[in-house]
Amino acid sequence: MATLLEMRGIGKSFPGVRALDQVNLTVETGEIHAICGENGAGKSTLMKVLSGVYPHGSYEGEIVYEGQALALRGIRDSEERGIIIIHQELALVPLLSIAENMFLGHEVARRGVISWPRAYQAAEGWLRKVGLSEPPSAIVGKLGVGKQQLIEIAKALAKDVRLLILDEPTAALQENDSQKLLDLMLELKAQGVTQIIISHKLNEISRVADRITVLRDGSTVSTIDRGQISEDRIISDMVGRDMAHRYPERVPAVGEVLLEVEGWNVWHPEQADRQMIRDAAFTVRKGEIVGIAGLMGTGRTELAMSLFGRSYGRGHQGRVRMGGREVDVSTVPKAIAAGISYVTEDRKALGLVLEEPILKNISLANLAGIAVKGILDKRREARVAEDYRRALAIRTPGVQQKVVNLSGGNQQKVVLAKWLYTDPQVLILDEPTRGIDVGAKYEIYSIMNDLAAQGRGVVMISSEMPELLGMCDRIYVMNEGRIVGELSREEASQERIMAMILRTTGKAA
Amino acid sequence: MAEISGEKPRGLGSHLGGHLRENGMLVALVAIVFFFTVVVRAMIDVDFLSAQNITNLFLQNSYVIIMALGMLLVIVSGHIDLSVGSVAAFTGAVSAVLTVKLGWPVVAVIPAVLAVGGLIGAAQGYWVAYWRIPSFIVTLAGMLVFRGSTLWLLGGQNIGPFPKAFQGMSNGFVPDLLGDWDQALLGIERLNGTAVLVVVAAALVLVWLGLRARARDAEFGITPEPMGLFWARNVVVSAALIFVGWKLAQFRGLPNVLVVLTVLTVLYAFFTEATTPGRRIYALGGNEKAARLSGINTSRLTFLCFANMGMLAALAGMIVTARLNSATPKAGTGFELDVIAAVFIGGASMTGGSGRIIGVVVGALIMGVMNNGMSILGIGIDYQQVIKGLVLLVAVIFDVYNKNK
Repeated sequence: MATLLEMRGIGKSFPGVRALDQVNLTVETGEIHAICGENGAGKSTLMKVLSGVYPHGSYEGEIVYEGQALALRGIRDSEERGIIIIHQELALVPLLSIAENMFLGHEVARRGVISWPRAYQAAEGWLRKVGLSEPPSAIVGKLGVGKQQLIEIAKALAKDVRLLILDEPTAALQENDSQKLLDLMLELKAQGVTQIIISHKLNEISRVADRITVLRDGSTVSTIDRGQISEDRIISDMVGRDMAHRYPERVPAVGEVLLEVEGWNVWHPEQADRQMIRDAAFTVRKGEIVGIAGLMGTGRTELAMSLFGRSYGRGHQGRVRMGGREVDVSTVPKAIAAGISYVTEDRKALGLVLEEPILKNISLANLAGIAVKGILDKRREARVAEDYRRALAIRTPGVQQKVVNLSGGNQQKVVLAKWLYTDPQVLILDEPTRGIDVGAKYEIYSIMNDLAAQGRGVVMISSEMPELLGMCDRIYVMNEGRIVGELSREEASQERIMAMILRTTGKAA
Repeated sequence: MAEISGEKPRGLGSHLGGHLRENGMLVALVAIVFFFTVVVRAMIDVDFLSAQNITNLFLQNSYVIIMALGMLLVIVSGHIDLSVGSVAAFTGAVSAVLTVKLGWPVVAVIPAVLAVGGLIGAAQGYWVAYWRIPSFIVTLAGMLVFRGSTLWLLGGQNIGPFPKAFQGMSNGFVPDLLGDWDQALLGIERLNGTAVLVVVAAALVLVWLGLRARARDAEFGITPEPMGLFWARNVVVSAALIFVGWKLAQFRGLPNVLVVLTVLTVLYAFFTEATTPGRRIYALGGNEKAARLSGINTSRLTFLCFANMGMLAALAGMIVTARLNSATPKAGTGFELDVIAAVFIGGASMTGGSGRIIGVVVGALIMGVMNNGMSILGIGIDYQQVIKGLVLLVAVIFDVYNKNK
């Protein structure tokens, strides 16, 4: 096969940071090439160099594309050559139609007057190619993320793409949408479109990728051919150490029942007749890690948030007991007082005040702990934050650092620290490792184990089944707002969980 | 790697970079005062920094500063209050009716009017906080409603004059408690010893607080401000303070308004920086959802910010009325713009979550000195507005540029 792209000795510096150093990447025509690496390893920076976001001259090294040296001045230059990048955050205008989005910037027009019939016709053709049956006049904002992702790809195809770069395309997708997307990638490959995929999800990579280049700390570590791809190999290359055990060892010491939820019913906040949680019941014991499995949108987050001070939904019914005594969890402060904490899945939008420093974020849920009669003791606040920085190994120059400057894993630790400082008996962790890299995941797992060892109850909501199987003593399976099954550590397997979900789908009363 | 990027290298330059805003505001204020002192002297041979003019400066701008304190809280919480000018006018009118028409004593009028202002703020805050009506809309409505109510209450007439006691709120001065021995001692004919003592004490307290904060920073491992810069700033501030006090002492002493202003400033600075509810307002403005999920009653805080704003507007309304010695239907027109401008010049963020009391006071003083200086120079209101508008724009551009750098 011919070489389509060769990046040689790429280096890029930002003030105070060497983001890329001697990176080499070779992409053959017609292959799917995966790029792996922890957050901050330089994947996105490399792709920005390739797509002209960082113009020629702002980096070192050279790029050879289709046998010619590339000197891109901007993203338009790269698009002209058929290099198109689809970013993680989709760049679609939600209020415009599919066709309008698809030709945005490249309108089907003569002297500035758009020919809508031709645009719609063309759009329909491209949509068919990516397997979307929506009409081109559909408003993008009303479609799901999965379909939007496909529209982005159709948009790229319309621009005559020769090298398609997908930055974490499945990060926001549900399992079946992800599978569809991966199928489409393989189909495009068969049609001769060369693709680069950046992803954290190793199972997806092993499914579609012909070769994998692993980056670590801004340098190329290895390029692995299809035959030699294994998850363990990728992980050890990514983190630079052998991860024989992806989950830290733990000897469960499970005690008496801590949290009991009974007959919990919740309705949709706007659509009064739509029941989101149906008759949910579960328990959490001291020192236990309990998983809640299920597809996205089955009500796991809604269950957790509705328990945590009725932060979701309306018309709540049901009983909550802590240590055998019925408790009032009708507001967030009451839930906190009852000993419950909820660590959100969306730490940027719901968990952190990004522009505030670490220490102010840590003290936020328990300001009373650092105040005497409403007056803050800033010495104590700094000491508390410093203690958590050390205990949770939050990597930062200091606790005065704004959390917006931290990596995903460290931000997650700050959110954890905030809730630990409320001294909860039960912590509900919603997707605690979403969007954070492998090394940091391991650290989060270790923290969870420590919490259980301290006799707290931990509830873990996750879409990644291997992680639930690796961490939990017991797993509840949720589907369509109900808890449809419970599996012990010994019984649990991916197949069983999926079977429980499939068997109960569509059978809700 | 990415984690190191936030670490600041030491040195004067980098420190100035980090604190450019705060020091820059102070430098701008000093520069503007200096500019007017020179220009006013050169063009019309008048002393810009005369005791009389300094007193005037505070009397003229007290209401802006007082309302800006409350407006900072509103803006930090992520909202805006456009009604403050009308509310000040309305509460001023209420105080006139109570004092002049009904003959209430001042001690009863002040709390009653503050309560009216608080109620008005609470009424607006209720819709914003509990019904989630955008504050821009609610207070725009309030602006019209209370301007109209003022006209109605006054029947289109001015009400005045006020008894001496009420006027004292604006025109009164703190009496010299020291008697005359200090004048004899220093051989100066007119000298208000109390004023001098108070400002010297204030300067000492400021320096002491600064030193304490430095010590605390060192303990927290924050790179401290370079010593030279710290003293340079403190010497300038203290000198300015003592100069102002000295000048005032040779005139009529400390204006009552200045005392109220100082007490409120200290109180609000302490509230925003060192108390639990203060901290919560910043969290609310920074990320309301995260704040609510952290157990903070965000609706009640928003409500209280507006109630507080209404009360401060009432205080400002009474001071304006006392100063004019009459309640007029036109009072307070355009105040809201001066107040909001002062807050943004002072460095608050449009999206909420940041801004400091001290910045707001300096921002208000910059506006005030410019108003006063340009009026003395006889610059027309047309140019004045253009210049004030540009100053606001430049200050905010400077902010945004700094943040993006």
